[in-house]
Amino acid sequence: MQPLTTRSKLVVDKRMNFWERIYLPAIFKGMWITLKHFFRKKNTLSYPDEVRPFAPVWRGWHVLKRDEQGRERCTACGLCAVACPAEAITMTAEEREKGEEGLYREEKYAAVYEINMLRCIFCGLCEEACPKEAIFLTDRIVPSDYVRQNFIFGKELLVEGTTPEKRIDVTKRQKHIQEKITK
Amino acid sequence: MHSILLFDAALVLEKSIFVVVLFIITLTVAAYATYGERKIAAFFQDRIGPNRAGPFGLLQPLADGVKFFTKEDFMPNAAERWLFILAPASFMFVACMTSAVIPWGTELTLFGKPVSLQLTDLNIGVLYILGFTSLGVYGIMIGGWASNNKYSLYGSIRASAQMISYELAMGLALIAVVMMSGTLSLKEMAIQQAGLNWNIWYQPLGFLIFFICALAECNRAPFDMAECETELIGGYHTEYSSMKLGMFLFAEYINMFVSCAVIATVYFGGYNFPLIDPGWLGGLMGPIVMFAKTFFFIFVFMWIRWTLPRFRYDQLMRLGWKSLIPLAIINMLLTGAGVLLFDK
Repeated sequence: MQPLTTRSKLVVDKRMNFWERIYLPAIFKGMWITLKHFFRKKNTLSYPDEVRPFAPVWRGWHVLKRDEQGRERCTACGLCAVACPAEAITMTAEEREKGEEGLYREEKYAAVYEINMLRCIFCGLCEEACPKEAIFLTDRIVPSDYVRQNFIFGKELLVEGTTPEKRIDVTKRQKHIQEKITK
Repeated sequence: MHSILLFDAALVLEKSIFVVVLFIITLTVAAYATYGERKIAAFFQDRIGPNRAGPFGLLQPLADGVKFFTKEDFMPNAAERWLFILAPASFMFVACMTSAVIPWGTELTLFGKPVSLQLTDLNIGVLYILGFTSLGVYGIMIGGWASNNKYSLYGSIRASAQMISYELAMGLALIAVVMMSGTLSLKEMAIQQAGLNWNIWYQPLGFLIFFICALAECNRAPFDMAECETELIGGYHTEYSSMKLGMFLFAEYINMFVSCAVIATVYFGGYNFPLIDPGWLGGLMGPIVMFAKTFFFIFVFMWIRWTLPRFRYDQLMRLGWKSLIPLAIINMLLTGAGVLLFDK
């Protein structure tokens, strides 16, 4: 049988000799070990100030993308809601009126689009289901809250902004999904 | 007779100011010892420690104090009300009293007048310290008993048993130093250890015994029998909350500060350091050296706490009675022989 660890020691029940019995050498040895730790590099990461780099495949807070002209890509087809194993997504579709062409890309759009972040398991199946490349999971962490109601994220929290600095970059994620689907 | 009644008003003023200053320094050091404890503990465990309140978390003791004051001051129904309040107060009082006889330096020249850097040069300074440290256990005992809680009572029983056993060895270790220096005054001892003529070179065993006993007297790990987080859920202060608990914890840090100062004075030359004249900077060099030594020992106390596990109660007693006391007696005999032979 292979040993579980290379550092195991055989326990022997022998009488301790004088130096072992006065414990002092052992104590100094222990203190030397702790002193080495004293000067060692600290493992702590001061989280809100420093953030550990996210993996490119990290799945966090969803975003509903807009196209280059700032129109919402989502057409409320409902495929994401169907694909969702946790049934976290609900939406209400509406027809695009005249004059709203600058707001919505297709003739149909989601008037209400809600994701329950407490139900969501961040599996990313909605991304794969989406035919319009409208929904993506990003590397943002869903913030904590005291009220359950606040975890139902509506469009105001999901749709990205129109200005360039408010756009959310999902190219890495997009590439990953492309690879996954073509495989 | 006449001269006793006619007290020196300037001297009284000087000593009163000194008391206040010493009190403030002691409290500040104790407050920052709590910060240091947490920071050092963190460093030994590869963490950063408190760093939120102020730069490097330096305002943490203040935040802790505010927290203690604003917490609910709960008192158990069955507690002995009067003693319950008295215990932390007496513990704190005794802790603060001990620093009176420690010589912090030689003399400081203020307004053209030499000011002694020792509150009072008692000719029985060593006895005074021993007396007050043994009174310290009363706060723990009364507190544990008045709480009317079994854990607390266990804590105070252990504390008193531990005090009795370790004070003996402590006293015996000190006697050897007293025999060598021929004085009970701490000031005299400090003067005799000028330069590098420290007592530690003559009394290494005595120092070891005294140091271990000081750890036990301060209720510091590995001798924190009275608190015993895991067994007695806080021991004698299980039932305490708010600033009463704060007083207990605070007083422990004051005790540690004073013990370290005593160790520095008795064994490590007090304000003396080779090549450094304690009279430099108008007498300020003495206190600087003294505080450096004291802080070093506070660090060692914390270092030990975060290295060693707690003794079991019977191990503690065995170490006290079967090892330290015989060793202290042997040390005393050896010192006696040495004094006789070399007539130091």
